Amino acid sequence: MSFDNAYESLLGHEDSHWAFGTGFSEALSGVNREFPVGVDREDIVAYCLMLGDDALIFSQRLSEWCSRAPELEEDIALANIALDLLGQARMLLTRAGEVLGKSEDDLAYLRDERDFRNVHLAEIDCGPGPGGDFGTTIARLLVFSSWRLALFSRLRGSADPVLAAVAEKGLKELAYHRDHAAQWTVRLGDGTDESHRRMQAGLERVWPFVDELFATHAVEARLTGVAVDPASLKSEVDGVLEAVLAAGGLSRPADTRAARVAGMAGRDGVHTEAMGFLLAEMQHLHRSLPGAVW
Amino acid sequence: MSTSWPLWEVFVRGKRGLNHVHVGSLHAPDAEMALRNARDVYTRRNEGVSIWVVPAAAITASSPDEKDPFFAPAGDKVYRHPTFYSIPEDVPHL
Repeated sequence: MSFDNAYESLLGHEDSHWAFGTGFSEALSGVNREFPVGVDREDIVAYCLMLGDDALIFSQRLSEWCSRAPELEEDIALANIALDLLGQARMLLTRAGEVLGKSEDDLAYLRDERDFRNVHLAEIDCGPGPGGDFGTTIARLLVFSSWRLALFSRLRGSADPVLAAVAEKGLKELAYHRDHAAQWTVRLGDGTDESHRRMQAGLERVWPFVDELFATHAVEARLTGVAVDPASLKSEVDGVLEAVLAAGGLSRPADTRAARVAGMAGRDGVHTEAMGFLLAEMQHLHRSLPGAVW
Repeated sequence: MSTSWPLWEVFVRGKRGLNHVHVGSLHAPDAEMALRNARDVYTRRNEGVSIWVVPAAAITASSPDEKDPFFAPAGDKVYRHPTFYSIPEDVPHL
């Protein structure tokens, strides 16, 4: 074993771990793509867009921290989490695109705001922009990953083989995301007066968007056995959040609910004002130079 | 803030490795976060199955100035190397 290069001795001479160039594999290769019988495919498409857009839009938000995180190590951690979510989004958008006759890129780059189905929690500015800071970002990550982890652990039993496979793969990733967020929540909450104040402020900032996560949408209600009813996740997620907040000496913000438009929110394509700016940044290159690759 | 986080040395044991190998260092506020940071910085490509982190301050290192007194005396003692034995081919990791 050679010790001249640590990685050489770790990897041996196998290079299958490495991704060369841009020829990445198809998002859903190797997954059974049959649709369950007796289920409206349009509903499955809508549900894939919901869960896929949550991941895509939050991934875009997290990637805004690239080169701006408080430490190099944290920069890499947040980018890793963003890439995990992007991977989940790719599979879900590919699934939706198979029915719609569109590619994952078409869906990510060429849809308009009203066609995105993500929850508001994924899209709001929690920093590094003026809408927040690192503590706010950790607060959102804690809520989002706790919720999505509970959701995916039930989605593993979905009658749709693709959703079940996406959930199975995503579960380990989300467990790590939640752990990372919980580690930071406790440290900031239990740290200095300033870190405690900012962590608590971050929780107050994201809490009005928690209610939407547990609201059952008509599509989810129709997809019995395929989708997870988010209302069924509430007590589990509440328990997790309360345990983490207690460990960090933080208090649970009062339950308030962000305003809806005629009872509609992200799942219906009604978004906050932050969404347009986010999409402009995410989509402008692809729209300016159609088919651009790197 | 960078200056306030202590330095940690990271050791990773690979899937086929027999012992932990030093792969680099990083900054972290405490040991738990150092482990997590090491996971993100040094095992992104599935290199490891086990990670050790050690506070860099806990390592006592030999000084380059003492290189000769430390190591040179061993240089001319060839009888300490097992070069006079034939090694059976089916003995691994020797």
